[in-house]
Amino acid sequence: MPMLSEVEREAIAISLKVAGSAVGWTLLPGIALAWLLARRDFRGKALLDGFLHLPLVLPPVVVGYLLLISLGRQGWLGQWLDRLFGISLPFTWQGAAVAGGIMAFPLLVRAVRLSLEAVDPKLEAAASTLGANRWRVLATITLPLALPGVITGTLLAFARALSEFGATMTFAANIPGETRTLPLALYSLIQTPGQEAAAARLCVLSIAIAMLALLASEWLARRARRRISERDR
Amino acid sequence: MSRPHDAAAGGLALDVTQRLGDFELAADLALPASGVTALFGASGSGKTSLLRLIAGLDRPDSGGIRLGDETLVDTRRGVFIAPHRRRLGVVFQEARLFPHYRVRGNLTYGMPHASRKRGGAAVSSFDDVVALLGIGALLDRLPGTLSGGEARRVAIGRALLSEPRMLLLDEPLSGLDAPRKHELLRYIGALAKRIDIPILFVSHAPEELTAIADHLVLLERGRVRAQGPLEELLLRFDLTEHLGGFDAASLLEVRVAGHDEAYALSTLHLADGQALAVPRVDAPPGARLRLRVPIRDVALALAPAERTSFRNQLAATVERIDASAGKHGAGHDSVVEVSLRLGEQPLRARLTRKSLDELELEEGMSVIALVRSVAFAERLA
Repeated sequence: MPMLSEVEREAIAISLKVAGSAVGWTLLPGIALAWLLARRDFRGKALLDGFLHLPLVLPPVVVGYLLLISLGRQGWLGQWLDRLFGISLPFTWQGAAVAGGIMAFPLLVRAVRLSLEAVDPKLEAAASTLGANRWRVLATITLPLALPGVITGTLLAFARALSEFGATMTFAANIPGETRTLPLALYSLIQTPGQEAAAARLCVLSIAIAMLALLASEWLARRARRRISERDR
Repeated sequence: MSRPHDAAAGGLALDVTQRLGDFELAADLALPASGVTALFGASGSGKTSLLRLIAGLDRPDSGGIRLGDETLVDTRRGVFIAPHRRRLGVVFQEARLFPHYRVRGNLTYGMPHASRKRGGAAVSSFDDVVALLGIGALLDRLPGTLSGGEARRVAIGRALLSEPRMLLLDEPLSGLDAPRKHELLRYIGALAKRIDIPILFVSHAPEELTAIADHLVLLERGRVRAQGPLEELLLRFDLTEHLGGFDAASLLEVRVAGHDEAYALSTLHLADGQALAVPRVDAPPGARLRLRVPIRDVALALAPAERTSFRNQLAATVERIDASAGKHGAGHDSVVEVSLRLGEQPLRARLTRKSLDELELEEGMSVIALVRSVAFAERLA
């Protein structure tokens, strides 16, 4: 894309990498938790549900701070990760992906949970009487029927991770070429006198990418829904 | 409680209790290892709950369920076989087809892996089932585009192709219009003759069970009121109110002797050689049929009536007279019920108490049964 400057291209590349990884590591746990909340009753379900929604209501900087405490070099989890795998997350793009994933998690779980709840348990029962075990029922009935919600949730989470600012800034900092995503680059430009035009360009770019993600989600979800409920009439 | 005589070792036997709110199911029954058993009762009598226990979709509070030698459930020993390991084909009231699979995908969903790969035998069984149920033209359709009757047929085929040890049908005819009902009944009847696994058929409509069932379990408020061969239970005066009341009927087995095309009549022979004339039936000479004879359409005479429009006069013997019929089903105490025998065939009649007294009927007397109408001719073989 020749119209874009080096800085812009780098910010977009990092943003896509970070948001993609954020969705990548949250997708399976998100579906599992959504299934648990949609299909199982257990003690502390309301508590778990509330806890999962925290990133939606907490100031992002609080989440970032908590991540720094737990996953930082001195944090209890961070030390353990460093010792066992030599992994250090703070001030890396992987750390930004962790922060983005956590901030996007509630949106993913909500969308998947709603669509799982809409899957008729009677169809799952019918599949089990046909000899399908729990995993086959999940893979062939539950998930395919919940696919529109999984797609919506994934793209919503992607868009949310793309726009993440506070938690990323706190946990992964604003390092050019490593953690400087679109919003962080925009923030830096705003802080720099005389860069108003460049800031405006990034702003428009952000809007364009977010719109694209939402449109793609809508299109894919509608396609999946049509496949499920096709009628001749 | 009377045990069915032919409850062979291979059949389903259960003795379970389950409490659901105010309702308590406490059923103890044994089914034969072959043929069609109707699980019959008013709505709310626990039919579907019992079916769910058998299929493994619910757990009983206590008791056990066995199929042949295998224990499916035993609460005392903590045995509970998961539904997907029971190999029971279940056809639910709402067909429950998978909306994202085409009809073909639905049909093959439960086919054991071995038969899906093996080709040969399994493919012919797929083709057989598709032909038997008349769903060949639907294979590439999605379930959302099927009519109610078509969807039920696909659901039956899907259950059959999972190679079950028993087929459970939960009111498969509910919500269909009369022609579709009869069509599906014909398919199920044909099926019952072709496959050698037992079929349990949940129903609350008397005409359905007289059409295809061999064996009957009558449920009332969560308990087994009676069980046994259908023909025996249809003769029991005390069950009349459950088995149709005013519309109760008895069954006659007959063989088609010939057709009179000029009058559009068919001649049917009973086992003892007596003949019946009925409106033309669509079955070749020699075919065996099961007739449904409404109790209220059988009248009695002491001598053959001459110059009457009653075409069907059958010599019979009075076996039993039940003066309390009014209390059971017919609704008023002006009527009595009489059970007759034509050779080996039982037949019931309903008449007024006044007629009974005027004719001076007694048990053991020879009479003439006048049959006004027969209904629901069903092919047996």
